[in-house]
Amino acid sequence: MITILGAGVAGLCVATALAERGLPVEVVDNGPAHGGASWLAGGMIAPYVEAETAAPDVARLGASAADWWAVRVPGVVRRGSLVVAPARDRAELDRFASRTTGHRRLDAEAIATLEGDLAGRFASALFYADEAHLDPRAALVALADGLRQRGVAIRSNTPLDPEQADIDCRGIAARADLPSLRAVRGEMLLLHCPSVTLTRPIRLLHPRFPVYVVPRGHALYMIGATMLESDDPGPITLRSAMELMSAAFTLHPGFAEAAIVETGSGLRPAFADNVPRIVKAGGRWHLNGLYRHGFLTAPALAEQLADQFALAPQEAAVAH
Amino acid sequence: MRLYDIDVQSRLLLGTAQYPSPQVLTKAIAASGCDIITVSLRREAARGATAGNGFWSLLQASGARLLPNTAGCHSAREAITTAQMAREVFGTNWIKLEVIGHADTLQPDPFALVEAAQILCADGFQVFPYTTEDLIVAERLLDAGCKVLMPWGAPIGSGQGLRHAEALASMRRYFPQVPLIIDAGLGAPSQAARAMEMGFDAVLLNTAVAKAGDPVAMARAFGQAVEAGRIAYEAGLMPPRNMAVPSTPVLGMADLNLGGRA
Repeated sequence: MITILGAGVAGLCVATALAERGLPVEVVDNGPAHGGASWLAGGMIAPYVEAETAAPDVARLGASAADWWAVRVPGVVRRGSLVVAPARDRAELDRFASRTTGHRRLDAEAIATLEGDLAGRFASALFYADEAHLDPRAALVALADGLRQRGVAIRSNTPLDPEQADIDCRGIAARADLPSLRAVRGEMLLLHCPSVTLTRPIRLLHPRFPVYVVPRGHALYMIGATMLESDDPGPITLRSAMELMSAAFTLHPGFAEAAIVETGSGLRPAFADNVPRIVKAGGRWHLNGLYRHGFLTAPALAEQLADQFALAPQEAAVAH
Repeated sequence: MRLYDIDVQSRLLLGTAQYPSPQVLTKAIAASGCDIITVSLRREAARGATAGNGFWSLLQASGARLLPNTAGCHSAREAITTAQMAREVFGTNWIKLEVIGHADTLQPDPFALVEAAQILCADGFQVFPYTTEDLIVAERLLDAGCKVLMPWGAPIGSGQGLRHAEALASMRRYFPQVPLIIDAGLGAPSQAARAMEMGFDAVLLNTAVAKAGDPVAMARAFGQAVEAGRIAYEAGLMPPRNMAVPSTPVLGMADLNLGGRA
């Protein structure tokens, strides 16, 4: 039996990849069924947009992520993503365009055709047609359901000595075993706003805080996310909430009437280069450091790790 | 260059925000050759500040001296509280004092700046105030006990270079003995070189490196530009002339007009 510790996006992707190879697997999580950084994710499958700051490895790992999700969970929306900037920050849009590929530039008319509610609001945008998004919570629930259907046990609120695990996917909780792992605090809002209709993730560039709005369906919108080099797991700060809200309002004034359904904050696990990786430490495998790219990079990493277990079980297995 | 009681080799100071990753940041610090890096306490850990934070551990491992700043503070009181927190967390009396007067231009508030500088200097801080090129404000800051001034080149993050070069040149002439560090607004190495050629003691920048396509290469470019500008200043620049002067002496040249039609 392969025991995976951590039922976030990393743990569930690895469990799925192992189960699909016919290997016996179980998932154990110290915490509640829904929580941790994955539960607060944006759910953008945006390898091109993320390449603005992310290392090339992230885009490479994420290239097939949308396909991976689409065959395993419902609700993967492949409508691309948009990057816009307020008129005074046009230079930022040019800079963003020069740093990324996979986009084409839209004028005001084309923006209005794509997202009717943005008509007349932006003179120019970048459209990344091949990107996708999903509802991370629905995706995690669907992965867990799929695993249970295969007979895989998923036990939350179950304390387990990490040394009993074969694969450790605890995120920032594994920091004691991975000293190079650090926390990057993120904060988000969930809004209910029937008066605004947006159908794809939209990133608003601003020199001080890039913010994205991801539609979740049923008039729900996720607004995220701050990036703070901080270990503080506490509630969202007023400043962050204000920045996220003002960005949403800049994108569309209709958000002024939105109901704030939820605020969230959590700690992303990240290595110094912000690139996730599989490492062996403390006698077990770790898949960690997913940073802000969990749903983008977890599938490819999970497949890599599962291949190791399937092809060379003796080498991959850890003696207890 | 001497900043308070510390001798500093490099005349480039680097900010640590907005890099693609801490790894890129530490490589950029090394490539720039800088000895001093600024770190924002307020924004990066409003609460629960500990020096054991992963990001700060990486910064401390870079070997550069930390200059904590009060970025994002909009009142003297906020800035003072942040400075006191920074002193505890980082164990240094150095503080780059920013008191922002205008949320849009991020222009310093000179009144609150002087007030905060007075209080912090009296409290034993060694204050590096982020100020404008205004000479009277500069005098008040020196009266308050500041021994370094950091006039802006242009608004923070704007990349406009030395927007008021004449006013900055006046400031340099007016305070020949005070270390003056151009802080903020530089977008290109040529702009940093120009500031150094004008006799400024150092430059501090962040966005131009952090947001470059290749931050590590850009850090190296700025490091070289700052060094070149300083060497040029020390070597003595030629004064501009309003007419051409041949650089090759004409004495002893063959007179090809001999025998020709004059």
